[in-house]
Amino acid sequence: MTVVGMEGRASHGMVMTVAGRMDAVTAPEYEKKVNDLIADGETNFVVDFEQLDYISSAGLRALLASAKKIKGKSGNILLANIRGSVKEVFDISGFGTIFPMHDSVASALSASVG
Amino acid sequence: MSEKFHKIFAANVDKLVEVTEFVEECADHFKLEAKKKFGLLVALEEAFVNICSYAYPDRDGLVEIFSEEDGDSFVLEITDSGHPFNVLSLPDPDVSLDIQNREIGGLGVYFIRRLTDNVSYRRENDHNILRLVLNRTS
Repeated sequence: MTVVGMEGRASHGMVMTVAGRMDAVTAPEYEKKVNDLIADGETNFVVDFEQLDYISSAGLRALLASAKKIKGKSGNILLANIRGSVKEVFDISGFGTIFPMHDSVASALSASVG
Repeated sequence: MSEKFHKIFAANVDKLVEVTEFVEECADHFKLEAKKKFGLLVALEEAFVNICSYAYPDRDGLVEIFSEEDGDSFVLEITDSGHPFNVLSLPDPDVSLDIQNREIGGLGVYFIRRLTDNVSYRRENDHNILRLVLNRTS
């Protein structure tokens, strides 16, 4: 159960991969990682959800908290590859409309440039 | 033939993995479809975490989980002996607000309502009992 599977800096933003479950136990791990990167000066993020199987309100809360922090730094956070049941959770919570969602990491990165 | 399962856990978020595994086994035994099972597991987490956070402010406590079939429905009861509290009394969040105005939290009970087919609360023998019902078919 890994939240942050890997990361890599593309030219226009930090790409983070979340995998497995983003729940009350693992979401703080994601939040801490983002906070560390913000502290290091990172402001543009793309989060890849392709390997994420599960998300609860604790996961959404962590995403929202990190997004507010990133916006506070005039940064940007874009989400990619949200599908299936995870997408349903985004849709019913209204998070599908407050977060820009992209079909691929490449699409998110090119949007991040503009 | 209808079978019942039950198991007791410490009311501690660290037990979430074990709680989830137990309920997943029950749901698989009932052959609950994948989409329904996903909703069940989210609702379960929200209820369990809520109990861990609020039911026993001054002491360690337990959560007991029961599952059974009721005709074409899968029933899960999540019980604790903490402070009388009906999680369903909480209001739903405003899900139409934008990113800056969206409050952190309030979604748990909303998911419990939205991702189950029926949910009810009762207080019985000094226990809070939250009953989640998921129909086999949509």
